[in-house]
Amino acid sequence: MKNHVILRVVTKLLIPYILLYAFYVQWHGDYGPGGGFQAGVIFAAGIILYALVFGLQAAEDAIHPRVVHAGVAAGLLLYLAVGVVALLLGGNFLDYDAFGHHGQHHGILLVETGVFITVASVMVTIFYSFAELVRSD
Amino acid sequence: MIGEQLIGVILLALLALTAITIARLRNLLATAMLSGIFSLLGACWMLFLDAPDVAFTEAAVGAGISTILILATLCVVGADEKQVQESPLALLVVLVAGGVLVYGTLDMPRFGDPNAPAHQSLVTQAYLYSANAPAEHRETQPSRDAHELETFAVGIPNTVTTVLASFRGYDTMGETAVIFTAGLGVVVILGGARHRRFEPSETVDITPSDERPEA
Repeated sequence: MKNHVILRVVTKLLIPYILLYAFYVQWHGDYGPGGGFQAGVIFAAGIILYALVFGLQAAEDAIHPRVVHAGVAAGLLLYLAVGVVALLLGGNFLDYDAFGHHGQHHGILLVETGVFITVASVMVTIFYSFAELVRSD
Repeated sequence: MIGEQLIGVILLALLALTAITIARLRNLLATAMLSGIFSLLGACWMLFLDAPDVAFTEAAVGAGISTILILATLCVVGADEKQVQESPLALLVVLVAGGVLVYGTLDMPRFGDPNAPAHQSLVTQAYLYSANAPAEHRETQPSRDAHELETFAVGIPNTVTTVLASFRGYDTMGETAVIFTAGLGVVVILGGARHRRFEPSETVDITPSDERPEA
């Protein structure tokens, strides 16, 4: 789709806002609809849109598959780490009250970040895997 | 009120129409696009039922990502469904399963019933308490102790987030692990073909032995 000028220009304009919106949904999940899962999917959608219009190679140059693969595990590990730190601070597993006065707030934010990283990485990973399969044909 | 009901009826009718069309189509490309439309209509329906979090997820995942992933899959496997022999047994199974599901809904409270357990539960009360101004809430809902609700809401305005990430944090961790496993499965089965580095000794010659040229 590299030759479609309108698509290219519109995509270039839209992608920053899509990614920004993903972060808005992520950090605003405590106050409005949304959270890590939706934000991760929106972020991945932005990257997939980039790959669709500018080609898989351009997307992989921007965000290397290795980084994405690491993100798949990193998000879940962050989630688990929050639980373990709560344990070490004397609470139960994933008991955010152990983090002090605003513990619930910080705990939820950290956990949602973990969900965000894993969901976004997995969606991009799945897309990369299928797209590479088609390209190698 | 009538207008609201009309929107509901139209949305549900469109959902049913899309579902029937999907079931009758044999072209998988059209099916993928229609399932995206189905998800978008579903998201509208959920928003209509005042469930913005679920609608959000449905629109982002159902209408967005999964349509893309289905299309990516179709690029690999082709866009035409294999013709299968339609068996009357399958119809019977579908009818029985559908009947059981409908029978299950008979036990549920009537739609919009104010005395339904979902509306009386502490979670819903806390949700309404967080959503409305607390002072206003005290006047309209004097039955619950405001302090109790405040304690329950743990200071996060969106109760859905509180329930998902805090009260049921263990549950959400499992869900994250499920997504992790899905990604892992795809990577193990399909991914990294381009990045794999085979040593010459590891490559396997798949030509039959009698067709191989003499070394």
